Amino acid sequence: MQPRSPFRSAWLPWALIAPQMGVILVFFFWPAGQALYQSVLQQDAFGGAVEFVGLENFRRLFADASYLESFQTTALFSALVAGLGLGLALLLAVAANRVVRGALLYKTLLIWPYAVAPVVAGVLWLMLFASPYGVIAYLLRLMGLPWDHVLNGHHAMALVVMAAVWKQISYNFLFFLAGLQAIPRSLIEAAAIDGASPWRRFWTIVFPLLSPTTFFLLVVNMVYAFFDTFAIVDATTHGGPGKDTAILVYKVYYDGFKAMDMGGSAAQSVVLMGVVIALTVLQFKWVEKRVHY
Amino acid sequence: MIENRPLLRWASHLVLILGVGIIFFPIYLTFIGSTQSAEQILGSHPLSLMPGGHFIDSYRLALFGGKTTAGASVGAAAPMLLVSLGSALIIAVGKIAISLLSAFAIVFFRFPFKKAVFWMVFITLMLPVEVRIGPTYEVVSQLHLLNSMAGLTIPLIASATATFLFRQFFLTVPNELVEAARMDGAGPMRFFKDVLLPLSGTSIAALFVIQFIYGWNQYLWPLLVTTDESMYPIVMGIKRLISGEVYVEWNLVMATTILAMLPPALVVVLMQKWFVKGLVDAEK
Repeated sequence: MQPRSPFRSAWLPWALIAPQMGVILVFFFWPAGQALYQSVLQQDAFGGAVEFVGLENFRRLFADASYLESFQTTALFSALVAGLGLGLALLLAVAANRVVRGALLYKTLLIWPYAVAPVVAGVLWLMLFASPYGVIAYLLRLMGLPWDHVLNGHHAMALVVMAAVWKQISYNFLFFLAGLQAIPRSLIEAAAIDGASPWRRFWTIVFPLLSPTTFFLLVVNMVYAFFDTFAIVDATTHGGPGKDTAILVYKVYYDGFKAMDMGGSAAQSVVLMGVVIALTVLQFKWVEKRVHY
Repeated sequence: MIENRPLLRWASHLVLILGVGIIFFPIYLTFIGSTQSAEQILGSHPLSLMPGGHFIDSYRLALFGGKTTAGASVGAAAPMLLVSLGSALIIAVGKIAISLLSAFAIVFFRFPFKKAVFWMVFITLMLPVEVRIGPTYEVVSQLHLLNSMAGLTIPLIASATATFLFRQFFLTVPNELVEAARMDGAGPMRFFKDVLLPLSGTSIAALFVIQFIYGWNQYLWPLLVTTDESMYPIVMGIKRLISGEVYVEWNLVMATTILAMLPPALVVVLMQKWFVKGLVDAEK
């Protein structure tokens, strides 16, 4: 990347950049500033007086057991989504990288769920588990495992995780496959000639060489689990039963738009912004590493 | 293959077939459900795995609305599909247009505060709209943009992913090309139109696929800014059907789900090459 700026004009670059600047100033910086501002304000119960309360909203937030619970729920949820999603996708990518016949067909069939909206994924899985006609719920009942995601928090969490993983597999698969195909064949051939079994080759050569892809996908999946899964939760469990599947984004929405606690919701927004920025910094650290790699 | 291991090869096929099965099973069942009547679905324990005979009824009712057999009235999905299509197109085209221009300015011009501008754009990459929904909603409502196409789309355009993609691509354009254009007397806009745009063809196509899907699948934002039925995108149609008070018409939910899924799925399958390129590029 070399810096270069061959054209000179006093007004043209500003005119070119104006539409983008206009949009991000009005719909990005203004709201983000508002969030910061509101997070230090408190409105009384009747929507009248607004007073400056400093960090009170944050103090209240972190003293609130249900908020800390929501953090734990989110941590568990995103760990499950990232872990299962990456594991299954890696398995599929390794298999797809081995087969010759039908490789393109498999790839096409596996990648298109990327296009499915999260809310649609939620509904699809809800159908499988809804009583009384859900097919999987029925099979589980036959095996003596009564399924009830409406009342059982673990079941509800499992349902949300399955739908979220199902939707994300195609994305992970695509990146793992690209990563696998970028590994030089000569390395693997050399190991094979030295007598290393496929199993051993995978763990000592392929997996370490894939680690940049894996790490990148880990961050992307965390962000996905934190933010893009709102629709799945809203469509399947509404954060329930109780608060068992109320992840942080769901809580921001619920507190701000259902419970009308704007100050608290804004403080939550600010905390979430911190989380995203931390994840992004993590990702950029990795990008730097990859360049030297 | 390095060595011939039929067992491993079969195991690979088995894994892939299982994977495809897991991907398709819920969709198959949903399609089956959409061809049955609401009574059939509620009366079955579990859902039959064979199509029922109500394919045309379900889809006609889902698309154009009307009265169900239970007497409830259902909104039509066809206008919602149009809203989804319109907003997805505006988001994709709008994002690409403003990003092309600003990336052009950032890469090919020297101007004061360029660094600051660059960082202002850069920082928007970090915060998805879900994080700032409350305040963004207030801004949109103060501008009286609730229930309008502009309110539905413009806040989602306010992110810089595309700007960065184009910036990366523009940086790879050889200097000689710029020099040659200048020697021939081309001004900046001429260079942009006759050299840069034609070169960016595949990047634009790739980005279009990704942004179209992004726009089509938006959920939280339309949930907040649309209260008027005529502005509901299709995902809201699904949401409304499943939150029916007493009685959910599952056959219609399933038919609407299939309808909502088809357009972006077709885009991915038909434009697979650009889709893959777009995904991989967007993360560089």
